[in-house]
Amino acid sequence: MNIIVPIKQVPDLVEELEIDASGVDLDRSSLKLKLNEFDDHALEEALILKEETGSTVTAIALEAEDVDKILFTAFAKGADKIIKVTGLENPSAHQAAQAMAEVIMGLSPDLVMTGVQAVDDRDGQIPVLLAHYLKIPHVSVVTSVKAEGGGVTVSKEYGGGLVAEFEAKLPLVVGVQAARQSPRYVPVAKVRQVMKSATIEEVAAGSTSATAGSSVKRFFKPEGGRGAEMLEGSAEEQASKIIQTLKEKGIIK
Amino acid sequence: MSNNVYVVAEHIKGRFDDITFEMLGKGKEIAGALGGEVVAVLAGSGVKGMASQLGTASKVICIESEALQQFSPLAYAKAVSAVVGAHQPAIVLTGYTSMGMEIGPAVSVDLNIPLVSFVGSLSVDGGKAVAVSQLYGGKMNVESHADGNQCIISILPGAFPADAGRSSGSPAVEDFAAPDLSGLAVTFKKLIEPEGGDVDITTQDILVSAGRGIQSDENLPIVEELAKKIGGAVSCSRPLVDSKWMPKTRQVGKSGLKVKPKLYLALGISGAPEHIEGMKDAGLIIAVNSDPKAPIFDYAHYGVVGDLFEIIPALTGKL
Ligand SMILES: Cc1cc2nc3c(=O)[nH]c(=O)nc-3n(C[C@H](O)[C@H](O)[C@H](O)COP(=O)(O)OP(=O)(O)OC[C@H]3O[C@@H](n4cnc5c(N)ncnc54)[C@H](O)[C@@H]3O)c2cc1C
Repeated sequence: MNIIVPIKQVPDLVEELEIDASGVDLDRSSLKLKLNEFDDHALEEALILKEETGSTVTAIALEAEDVDKILFTAFAKGADKIIKVTGLENPSAHQAAQAMAEVIMGLSPDLVMTGVQAVDDRDGQIPVLLAHYLKIPHVSVVTSVKAEGGGVTVSKEYGGGLVAEFEAKLPLVVGVQAARQSPRYVPVAKVRQVMKSATIEEVAAGSTSATAGSSVKRFFKPEGGRGAEMLEGSAEEQASKIIQTLKEKGIIK
Repeated sequence: MSNNVYVVAEHIKGRFDDITFEMLGKGKEIAGALGGEVVAVLAGSGVKGMASQLGTASKVICIESEALQQFSPLAYAKAVSAVVGAHQPAIVLTGYTSMGMEIGPAVSVDLNIPLVSFVGSLSVDGGKAVAVSQLYGGKMNVESHADGNQCIISILPGAFPADAGRSSGSPAVEDFAAPDLSGLAVTFKKLIEPEGGDVDITTQDILVSAGRGIQSDENLPIVEELAKKIGGAVSCSRPLVDSKWMPKTRQVGKSGLKVKPKLYLALGISGAPEHIEGMKDAGLIIAVNSDPKAPIFDYAHYGVVGDLFEIIPALTGKL
């Protein structure tokens, strides 16, 4: 199978997020970026399929700051080809999906596997947007993809651990929630080595007609600590305060 | 185009999910502001009898077909697209749920209607939707205004009260002929029920819940010890299940279980909307997190900014 894995970076939420002067975006100069964790799972599931079926895996990303790093990392993990789509700045999800779809169409995909969501998908999640621009079927919120009789069997999760199994013909777009196993780890040294030997193929984005169809009016932080009474002090003091609270509320004796 | 608000009802195994009522309640309010009506879109097979549970809606549009017997991404997306395309409502509400995530973006592209996702608060201004999305794991609110008069809104479960939309009655039921759903490339095979676990976290009074802050499964014993001392059970956030450190039966949240213990002790859990969905109704929420800006503190009653590797042993030692 020919598997295409669109990946992207998102802000690392461990760092403080700041709003920029425009008030309608993050201050991107102070952001630390990392691979969208759900894309990492999509890549993992694709690599498992590659090992099981001898598929080829192509990781593809839109040009963005530091994006080469995640592409080289994907290569180091086992992707056969890495592609960067250039020429789009800060696209909306619709625009990103449409631009991606145009390039992916030319790659004759059997499976397109990408993260179920990203934390910045304001105007929609990529997998289903992508599928509709590609005009091919989709299943999202998937936790396993298995090759079977010329197609795939996918497991889709609902709430409460309920799972639905679907049989699908190819081509198909899959929104991956979690891979069958934790995403593999690749040592930095190996990524560095790959940076010297592997090449990123660059493809210019075509013109896109898609827009989000809505405009951002403002970014604002949730009122931090709303409701929560903060228990201060050393760890010992904080622990004592927790226990005192639990006793007052009659939760423990 | 009409001033109506269409709500895509979600059901499985013959029951409506709470999100349906949450959207109906909110939908009714929004429809009032627009001078229109709230209409439920009910797709399925043999589901007409369920329409009476949707009494908050002025009308229920029923699309019935064998192909809609079970939820199936393409079939449901096509059915909803057909209704929305024909009736042109001002606003379409879908759940930010496993089902809604297959429908909202599909209708958005098919009919070229904007979509705003992760929405936790919604109003109308000058006849247009104003939606606030909880982005970046709940760390940032982003207000969007629809450019035109039509918009699809993907609603976070738990954002609006279900009771506001839970009323039975006899709404007008209108049939809508299903579009051609034959020969779709994706076919439903079966539902797989979750395996029963050793502990049912939905019936526990006290849950000691671990998140990714615990760093490794090797650190789980300190959580188990605390749970034992305090007389509760261990639950967790999703990443611990994906890493196979904890069984699925212990997962709290959107794709796990909804819990309502007397005490929910969140240890190293950031408070992403998908986690909050599962525990926000707990009687008492106490959160321990090293990040003072962690969204979990917006939902907790008491917060401790600190290192869980210090707080947990201190707590265990004092019990
Ligand atoms: C469709 C869908 C369904 C989902 N369903 C669920 C679900 O059911 N349940 C669920 O939980 N998630 C679910 N998620 C995932 C969700 O989006 C988040 O990724 C997840 O909740 C994050 O888990 P976490 O808070 O443990 O990890 P993180 O977000 O990584 O947070 C870890 C926290 O630990 C803190 N920390 C780190 N070290 C320490 C320390 N030493 N002491 C104290 N604190 C520390 C950090 O400050 C951080 O706040 C779902 C996602 C999708 C897309």
